[in-house]
Amino acid sequence: MYDMKALYEAKSVPHAIRLLQEHPEAKILAGGSDVLVQMREGKLAGCELVSIYGLDALRGVTMEEDETLRIGSLTSFSHVAQDPLIRKHLPVLGQAADQVGSPQIRNIGTIGGNTCNGVTSADTASTLFALDAVIELTGPEGVRHLPIQQFYLKAGVVDLRPGELQTGILIPKASYHRCFGEYIKYAMRNALDIATLGCSVNAVLTEDRTAYERIRIAFGVAGPVPLRAVSAEALGRGGPVCEETVEAVAQGVLEDINPRDSWRASKGFRLHLAQELTRRALRKSTKEAGGVL
Amino acid sequence: MAVGKSIPRLDAVDKVTGRTKYTDDLCDRGALVARVLHSTIAHGWVRSIDITAAQAIPGVVKVITCFDVPKHPFPTAGHPWSTDPAHQDVADRLLLTDHVRFYGDDVAAVVAENEVAAAQALRAIQVEYEELPFVLDPMEARREGAPRLHEPYPDNVLGHTSIARGDYEAAIREPGLIRVEGWYDTPTVQHCHLENFICFAFMEGDRIHVVTSTQIPHIVRRVVGQALGIDWGRVRVVKPYIGGGFGNKQDVLYEPLCAYLSLCLGGRLVKLDVPREETFVCNRVRHAVRSHIITYARPDGTFVARKLEAFSDQGAYASHGHGIAAKGMGAFPQLYPCPNVQADAYTVFTNKPTSGAMRGYGIPQAMFAVESHTDDVARALGMTPMELRRKNLMPQGYRDEFSKNENYHDTFGQCLDRGEAYVDYARKWAEYEKPQTGPVRRGIGVAAFWYNTAVWPIALETSSCRIVLNQDGSVQVQTGETEIGQGADTVQAQMAAQVLGIPVEKVHVISCQDTDVTPFGTGAYASRQTYIAGFSIRQTAVLLKERILRYARELTRMDPENLDIREGKIVRAADGRVYMTLGELATEALYSLTRSQHLTAESTYQIKTNAYSFGCSFAEVEVDIPLCKVKILNLVNVHDCGKVINPCLAEGQVHGGMSMGIGYGLSEKLLFDPKTGKTLNNNLLDYKLGSFLDHPELDALFVENEEPTSAFGTKALGEPPVCAVAPALRNAIYQATGVAFDEIPINPHVMFREFSQAGLLKKEENHV
Repeated sequence: MYDMKALYEAKSVPHAIRLLQEHPEAKILAGGSDVLVQMREGKLAGCELVSIYGLDALRGVTMEEDETLRIGSLTSFSHVAQDPLIRKHLPVLGQAADQVGSPQIRNIGTIGGNTCNGVTSADTASTLFALDAVIELTGPEGVRHLPIQQFYLKAGVVDLRPGELQTGILIPKASYHRCFGEYIKYAMRNALDIATLGCSVNAVLTEDRTAYERIRIAFGVAGPVPLRAVSAEALGRGGPVCEETVEAVAQGVLEDINPRDSWRASKGFRLHLAQELTRRALRKSTKEAGGVL
Repeated sequence: MAVGKSIPRLDAVDKVTGRTKYTDDLCDRGALVARVLHSTIAHGWVRSIDITAAQAIPGVVKVITCFDVPKHPFPTAGHPWSTDPAHQDVADRLLLTDHVRFYGDDVAAVVAENEVAAAQALRAIQVEYEELPFVLDPMEARREGAPRLHEPYPDNVLGHTSIARGDYEAAIREPGLIRVEGWYDTPTVQHCHLENFICFAFMEGDRIHVVTSTQIPHIVRRVVGQALGIDWGRVRVVKPYIGGGFGNKQDVLYEPLCAYLSLCLGGRLVKLDVPREETFVCNRVRHAVRSHIITYARPDGTFVARKLEAFSDQGAYASHGHGIAAKGMGAFPQLYPCPNVQADAYTVFTNKPTSGAMRGYGIPQAMFAVESHTDDVARALGMTPMELRRKNLMPQGYRDEFSKNENYHDTFGQCLDRGEAYVDYARKWAEYEKPQTGPVRRGIGVAAFWYNTAVWPIALETSSCRIVLNQDGSVQVQTGETEIGQGADTVQAQMAAQVLGIPVEKVHVISCQDTDVTPFGTGAYASRQTYIAGFSIRQTAVLLKERILRYARELTRMDPENLDIREGKIVRAADGRVYMTLGELATEALYSLTRSQHLTAESTYQIKTNAYSFGCSFAEVEVDIPLCKVKILNLVNVHDCGKVINPCLAEGQVHGGMSMGIGYGLSEKLLFDPKTGKTLNNNLLDYKLGSFLDHPELDALFVENEEPTSAFGTKALGEPPVCAVAPALRNAIYQATGVAFDEIPINPHVMFREFSQAGLLKKEENHV
């Protein structure tokens, strides 16, 4: 039994927008794997909810004309992980989605919810950062697009305006074309856990596969929101494919990240992990891309 | 022969199809819902409670505060009652308390028509506290001037006992001895049984009925009577199937409060279902124990003198108290007999959740300390851990004068042999001893454990059984030993079938315990069910068989001495001639117009023996040093639990215990905020109970030396499987990395700290 004031079920995206305008205090309910937990804890006790869970138009992965991959915000983690387009073009995102919670959570939880709750540990978020994902928001004023880094304002807060909902996540072709990635979720358990640190790396090698054309690195739990390790990326750009480059990049991430000291893990341990996970994820990405270390 | 067979557990089909009724399934949907308000300070006094706003919430029926409840202090430990006041458990609990002793103590309760109203009422209650200083560490709690939790214990020491053998001080003066000293820490952990604690209560006439998820229905009846100050016969306690207990439910938890709330509401049905978060804080936890061991050994590995000091963290209330530390200490001079021993165990109150019984009852703590230390000694002496163990472990023929327990066989030697061969220990040990340099390294470890069955002679051991014959020759069996998921019903059916000479499917064990009708027994604990119930089942079955054969005399004209029951038939013993089925006899007996008789038997057996139950664990690990992660490659337990009654169920027991041992060794630990005393990780996300993917294939091996004191040759297996897993893992990690961890869990945080100190990790800047 949940302590809620009211539940409004949206029949369409415009209807959802109208409901959100009529009930400005209402929380958006997608899969519910975060919202229901917070209601049970009492944090959201007595809240109003606008459920968008019935909006099938927001489910599924499609390829747009310009070869942008479009992921409907209500697509469940299970569906992301198993989707043929994701498996073909973005296996690293499927890998990340497949490490969320448990099979039950992955069936109910959505990739849109994972990004809209604004938490740093979200398993898909760091990979979406590393892919330069674009967030599609639909509201009373129409549709707007935001780079994912601008979407996250601070811990637990995203740029979702009154009456607005997230309707899609877009991955530009440049983010997956010739690009190979690896996500490592470091947690205390091998399943059913939250990341102590998440590290998503992807790399594009030169045609002859001897140098890095581009490296992208993103972390979860290395700061209040997911973040990109831009200076480490710069250290690797143009560098030869070799252990020295990997090591330089791994060392470089310390310039970019700022993890917390908490009872869940010390800052020192997270800094150590950031480097080690970078090493391992970059090596894996390099090998996937056909590079020899 | 029913005993020794892997028959499927009696409740298997119902459990996997979801048909089994647990406490919540039995509760009427219209029940009122009770919730407890817990303190938000670790130590102090409740000065006032404002319930006005809470009472105004629609659906709220009643709010009771610590100022309203009767002042009948009661004990909670699931121990048999003692008629000698000196041996009674400490009665330091009230239904609700105004003297708050830990963050989460029970200060008020609400009863509402539904969960939402109850939760709203909890948030609306205003409590005013007068805060006192608190203490979280048992070492600090013993110091002069530390905050005092209970008036009768000025130094917060609930119990202190000692063992002295020989002359330790004189013995250590022998020249040429090698001295090894270590401190070993074990964490506060929780049982994490699948079904949280839940109970409901209602009244009929002037009697209070409590249905509860407990291991100890007859003890709950007594304590509810004590807490409410009413005659014990006015209390009826029913125990349905339960989703695990592991000792947490060997304590009286919220049954007295729930009964009291029903009493306050004219006997209305009240349900108290404890959320998981509160189960961690407000039920019971395992005692964290800090152990200090010193060993003086000769270079050849002979133990000359040994010393132990153990400091056990009791938390806020006495519960099972000093029994845990005392049991752990008791193992110390026995596992490795040594002529000169000095041991002291202290149990100390702190402002933390209350420690109680948990699978192993002090032995997992003691075995971590003792068996880690054994490897430390072996390293110091330059011997292999296996050699040192074989030289010093309890030999065949060892007898303990207090318990009269005897090691009738070379149990340790046989268990070590069996495990050593199974895991290819010697070869792997030698291979992993060679210098390892890469980031991923391997090790293999072994640890032995001491355990004893049941609680005699420290406390009462008694078992009662009733067997009733049906028209079709089947029987109902009832005992006071409870099914708590371990398979007690099934092995009881096997034992009854064996003695009665009937097929096991003709034995219906009444699983649900009801103190109004179930014969008296003290419940499930101390790995005693099979051993203890075996005696009363045998005695009662023999009694019933005699009555059946006496009745058969009239029908067969044969002397009962010449008759027997085999496969459910009345036969002539000498040649096996079948006279009739037991069903035909039973039907005749019930409906006879001349000599109607309901054939039943009931008896009590008091047990005055006890039995050792020993074994060992082997662990092989792979440590990824930069990742600070351990992967278990192999985990094997070897047990001598005497005759195995049901091999399949026995294996299941061992697997469950090993799983608990993995969590104890590598991941589980409750954390407390040093600033407030609040439990930080009281949920299954932050409390790292292992998942299925964190487990390797588990192997359980048995050495079946029949226990001569036992009715069926069997002895303890419930708790022993958890006892040696953590030190075996620790010793394997030690070999792999060269780091002698002195605390568990050896989780990534601890490994990061220790590997950094040992220089095993790359030196990196910015380390804080």
